[in-house]
Formats: sequence, C-alpha cells, structure tokens
Amino acid sequence: MTDEEIIELINSSLAEEFELNMDDMVPEAILLDDLELDSLDRVDMVIVLENAFGFKIREEEEIRHIRTLGDIHQFVINKIHLLEATA
Amino acid sequence: MQLKRVVITGMGAISPFGRGVDALIESLLKGESGVRAVPELGHLGGLRSHVAALVPEIDPKEIPRKHRRSMSKMSIYATLACHEALSQGRVSEDVCAGGQLGVVIGSTVGSIDAMEEFFRDYLSTRTLEKVKSTVFFQIMNHSCAANVAQALGITGRILSPSSACSTSCQAVGYGYEMIALGKQSWALCGGAEEFHPLATATFDIINAASSHFNDRPSQTPRPFDRDRDGVVCAEGSGVVLLESLESAQRRGVDIIAEVIGFATVSDPSNMANPNMASMEICMKNALVDAQLNPEEIHYINAHATGTEQGDTAESQAIHRFFGDRVPVSSLKGHIGHTMAASGALELIATIHMMKGGFLIPTLNLDHVDPSCEIIHHLRAMESREVQAAIKNNFAFGGVNSSIVLRRYEHD
Repeated sequence: MTDEEIIELINSSLAEEFELNMDDMVPEAILLDDLELDSLDRVDMVIVLENAFGFKIREEEEIRHIRTLGDIHQFVINKIHLLEATA
Repeated sequence: MQLKRVVITGMGAISPFGRGVDALIESLLKGESGVRAVPELGHLGGLRSHVAALVPEIDPKEIPRKHRRSMSKMSIYATLACHEALSQGRVSEDVCAGGQLGVVIGSTVGSIDAMEEFFRDYLSTRTLEKVKSTVFFQIMNHSCAANVAQALGITGRILSPSSACSTSCQAVGYGYEMIALGKQSWALCGGAEEFHPLATATFDIINAASSHFNDRPSQTPRPFDRDRDGVVCAEGSGVVLLESLESAQRRGVDIIAEVIGFATVSDPSNMANPNMASMEICMKNALVDAQLNPEEIHYINAHATGTEQGDTAESQAIHRFFGDRVPVSSLKGHIGHTMAASGALELIATIHMMKGGFLIPTLNLDHVDPSCEIIHHLRAMESREVQAAIKNNFAFGGVNSSIVLRRYEHD
C-alpha cells in the first residue's frame, strides 16, 4: 500500500463512519474543533481504523496524543510500514 | 394544595402510516391497515406469525449525527415525534433549556437490535474489541428519554416508565401529575417502540400472536371479532406536549384538549392473563380522578389487541362500569399493537376524534364475538360530539392504566 492509498482509505473510512465532508478532511483539520469528533468518536475511530487496516492499535500510547487528521495519517503510515518491515 | 389544570398543546407521531399526526389520522379516517406481510419472520424456526405493522423508511438526518449516534430507531422515532409536538406547541429552545420542561418517554425494552449487535460479537469472539462507544446508550432502558433530552437540550425532569403496553399511557399520566403538582410547566410524554422479531415471538410463544392471516395481513388483528387470533406487533412513537393551563393561556397557544384524569393499578392475579375486575377498578379510579360520572364519558378508546382473553375481559369490564351506552373502538386493527407507543398514538387519535366530532370504528370487526357483544361497538364511522373520553391500556405484568380527556372550549 502506498502512503497515498493509506491516506485515502483513512479518509474514506472516517468520512463514512462520521458523515464527514471529504472537502473538510485536510491534514491540518483538528479532530475536535474542525471535524467535531469528541472522545466517544475517538473510541469508534480506533475500531474503524482497526477494521480498515486489520491491525490492533487500541492500546498504543501514541493514539492518545493525536490531535489532527494529519496525525492519524502519520500514525497509520508508520504503523503499516512497521508491520511490513517486521513481516 | 391547589392542583393545576393540565392541557395538551402539541402532538407528534411516527406510525406505520409514516411520519406525522396528519398521516396517522388520514389513514385512520380512510380505514386503512398498516399491517404488512414480513416474509423474514417466516425464516425463524417456530415463529408462526409473519405479519407486522412497520414504520416506512424515514430519513433521520435532521437529527445531527452527534445526537443520532446514540440512537436506535426507537429514539429516532421519539425525537422526531417530539420535534412535531414542540413545533405545534410553539415551544422554543429556550424553554427546553429553562428547566421547566420535562421528558416522560419510555419503551418496552432498550434496543434489541443493539443488544443483538453486542452479543453477536461477544458470544462468538468473547471480546469487546468491536463494541462501539454508543451501543450501551441504545440498550439502556431510558434510551428514548435520555436521547430526546440530549437532542433537544432539555434540562427539566427526566423519567422513563417501562411497562410494555401501558408505557405511554403511564407516561402521559405521570406527566399530568407532575404538571398538576406544579413541578414542571411542560412535559413531553409518550413512548416509542422499534420492531424486532422477539416482540412477535413473545406473543407467539404464549399463543397470543396472530398467525392465521399471514396471507391476508390487512385482515388482522381483529379486535373484538369472533375470528380474532391474536396480536400483530408494530412500531412507532407517539408524544404529547402537556402544559399547565395557565402557561398555555399566558402564551396564547392553541389548546388541543385537557387531561383530567389518570389511574394506574397493579393486577397481581396473573403475569399474562387480563383480569376484568382490575380493569374495571382502573377505569373507575380514572373517573374518580377526573371527577366525572360514567354517563359523562362519550367515547372509550379500548386497549383491545385482538387476543381472545384480553378483548373479552375488557368488554366485560366496560360493560360493568359503563353499560352498553358508550361507543367503543380499538385502533389496533389499523396500526397493530405499537406496544409502548400505543397509549400515546391512540390518545392522539382520540383527541382528533374529540376535536373533529367523529368516531373511528374498529377495523376488521366483521362479526362481534359473542363474549364481546355486551358493549356498544363502533362498526362504522359516526359523527358524534364527544365532551370526554377514556383511553385504556392493559399490559403484561398486570399493569393497567387509563387516561381521561376532555374537550377544551376556548373562551
């Protein structure tokens, strides 16, 4: 999977789950303030990403520090690359 | 202590006839049936009843996702019904947030669809990893009341009665008492139900679900009819906006009807079998509360679901207290048994009958059963002035309830 494909899958999965407008899904969008994703949504966001990419991330400390959509992109890209490297 | 008079200033409905009170009333006036064949029910082993009265597809998008995410269908129905009631009653967001408007809305159980979703994963994988954050908010027993309050920004009292078929009759009654005591100035009262095969199965297991009309769904249920064979489960939501008379007069809003009496009693004789004596006591108590004599009631909206025992017991109870003078009809033939919503939905129809001066007959009552012949059945639409009416609901668990309504004459 290329980084672009990863970003596209993240955006489409989150847009479908949270009824987001794709135009608003820019990397600098702040989850709470710009996309209105609160603490309950963040719980579901983890499930959506786990289902989309087939990995487990719920217990990862880094998840708690995510603020923007770009942070999610980078977190997932790093995670995928790490999994590919250790496969 | 001086009790306040309580009036109805708004109504909202989601029914098998679609969205809105107008859709409900228009279909009732046309004598239509909302009951349909549900072939999927035929795929369930042991389930003999394959009919239901389901709400047509409704777009819930007017409820923002933030609020909708914790709603199952029943909370969506209840919220949309509240939107309609608040709009008719011209109640603003400021009133909702002012602490004087409460919510009294219940359901038979929390969402069984949500429970099924939870247990599908839990039982197959023994993990909770796929359980979404809002599933519990759909399962909890006060899901409808809590979701309505969250979605509408309501800060007053919140109560969620749960007594199956008596739920929304009790909700209106408890709201009426709350306002009469001056504890709230407004209350959104009613109930909601979303269909799940488990509801039909509950009745079918005890041989009380209709199963002989699967190929003729519009001919069942058949309240009071000799060929009745049980309940047809349904879904929807009915909500009335109760308000103190002084508040309604001060605001200058249209007063639709007055709630003047309520009673609810426990019948500990049997969990499932109706008891005529208890039904009679319930209606008597409601009239005592209303300070009316039986002669002053001009219409009875029966609970009558089309079961053998229930319809007979209610007929006998009505006869003992009212004789054979008062016109009686049940609306279950049109909309099936909307369970927790039935009290409020049928109350709304009763109010329209009072206001319009017409009485809607029982659908599918072709041949009155000999055990039910002792009362005055409405067999055809009648024009009649109704000053006061009583609405009955009798539930599993021996929960009986009755509401008394009176026409409100504007000065």
